[in-house]
Amino acid sequence: MIYEGKKRIWKDYQKEIPSDQYFYVRSCIRQNFFPGSEVTFLRIMRDELGKVIYETEFHTSCSGIGYHTDIVPMETTMTVVARQFALMTEAGYENYAASCITSFGLYCEILETWKHFPELEQKIRKNLKEATGREFKKPKYVAHASDIIYKVRNEIAARGKYRLVNRHTGKPLRVVEHIGCHYAKMFPHKGVGGAEYPYVLAGMVESWGGEVVDYPERRHCCGFGFRQYLVRANRGYSIANTHKKFESMAPFKPDMIITNCPGCPYFLDRWQYTIAEMEDKTYGENGYGIPVFTYEEVAGMILGYNPWDLGLQVHQVSAEPLLDKIGIPYDPAAKYKGLNNKDIDKPGKPTYMKTVP
Amino acid sequence: MGRLYDKLSADVRYREGLRACIHCGTCTAICPAAEFYNYDPRKIVNIVQNKDEDRIEDLLKSETIWYCGECMSCVTRCPRDNAPGLVIIALRSLSQDEGYFTESEKGRQQLALKRTIGEWILKYGYCVYPRHLSFELHPEAGPVWKWEQENLDDVFERLGGNLDGKGPGILRKIPDESLDELKRIFDLTGATERFEKIEKASAEKAAEMGLEDSEYFVKIYNENSGEHS
Repeated sequence: MIYEGKKRIWKDYQKEIPSDQYFYVRSCIRQNFFPGSEVTFLRIMRDELGKVIYETEFHTSCSGIGYHTDIVPMETTMTVVARQFALMTEAGYENYAASCITSFGLYCEILETWKHFPELEQKIRKNLKEATGREFKKPKYVAHASDIIYKVRNEIAARGKYRLVNRHTGKPLRVVEHIGCHYAKMFPHKGVGGAEYPYVLAGMVESWGGEVVDYPERRHCCGFGFRQYLVRANRGYSIANTHKKFESMAPFKPDMIITNCPGCPYFLDRWQYTIAEMEDKTYGENGYGIPVFTYEEVAGMILGYNPWDLGLQVHQVSAEPLLDKIGIPYDPAAKYKGLNNKDIDKPGKPTYMKTVP
Repeated sequence: MGRLYDKLSADVRYREGLRACIHCGTCTAICPAAEFYNYDPRKIVNIVQNKDEDRIEDLLKSETIWYCGECMSCVTRCPRDNAPGLVIIALRSLSQDEGYFTESEKGRQQLALKRTIGEWILKYGYCVYPRHLSFELHPEAGPVWKWEQENLDDVFERLGGNLDGKGPGILRKIPDESLDELKRIFDLTGATERFEKIEKASAEKAAEMGLEDSEYFVKIYNENSGEHS
């Protein structure tokens, strides 16, 4: 990577990101599969940095997965999103923070479409009023939650107990960053750094001491493809695309992957297990796979939070080899415990991929 | 122009997604679906751009419009600022509105998506709800997820979730008044009508194939003819 060239490109794609006073909207997929990440986002923003992040129980799915599986029409999704904006307006906020990339992409698409078709915006306002009695102002700023962590990345580094450095060699960890397609591919100017060389995660990695790995399929989709994973008959599409990414990144020997999107960490983590079961092929070192993290999990690791509070135990690829490299302590006996050390079962073992313990 | 083309061109996604294609094939080169399936977005854009009514109807009944993953990688790279992915979304909408989607194996899968994602959004307010997921349908998810599913309440409690609970938080029970508003939005803005069309056309196709409703669902969710790539 010619770093100076990338820095010039990044200058063209700077985004104004407020650092405080957000209306926060959760992600369906992340709530299901990475609940610890949203908990960690709020812990960092509220408890660590003293920011105001408001949430309400009355918001719903944006219906984005329904829209991108083509069962929910555009006008419906626009009106559902308009309802979320109305909740923000009623709560007195104008900065909107989405935990989900699919939602973030949709908000950008909807606001842009309304600019080109103002009569459509008026129709949606009428729909919302008729269906719910609500009215809305458009957000002044729409941020993805990772934009906000990017904004405070140096504060996190300054407060951090750990860095993305191999404690045995003293060298930066080699980090693959995966942005998620809908963050910037549709509207490059809405994402930090644009679409070709997005900087939102790369900026975090650099700030926290790691080294970003550039590899040929860096921008390739994780393989979700909405209906291509959600219907069982189509899952070959999903795993084939993930396989392509791993084959491309493997020669660069990454220590870890940091992700931006709700689905991407799920597929990059789970499909490593499935590829191992299908082909007895495990990526990463010593048969353990390449650990995959959300950006909040990595931020939480830097800040020294308990790995099991972050939710690293719900990953299929074990996080411990990476924690050991950095020197982050953990209690192996507490990994699969419930609240207050409650005893619950432990997961079974994969056939080929090694896991701890 | 023809009836189908007129409907297509009334869709703002089509108007935003196709200005003038120069057939350079960049969209196909970057497309993850084109690498996996026998799929070529350039050809699809060419067909609709030619406004040939018969070929558009064939397209709406075909497998090919269902191969796209809607990743929108094509949007970034198109040198003419087209969005083949948006054209696909417009075609899929029209295929369902016209009842053509049941003519293809991949199109028939819309019933499975409606009965899972679509109904979960209305019933729970989430597009995915964990108590309806099962390891049997997702064996690829691995043993850690199986453990999580078998200990759902304990795992969510440990990680700070609020599964089915009151107030804000992770996977809270979304209040009934919010779900009622969602239903009214679906009724008013076309989603309920689309759901009904998907059910009706699927029931007709199941009858034509001599299958009970449950047999039809299992077939469309699992069947892959192997003739797509």
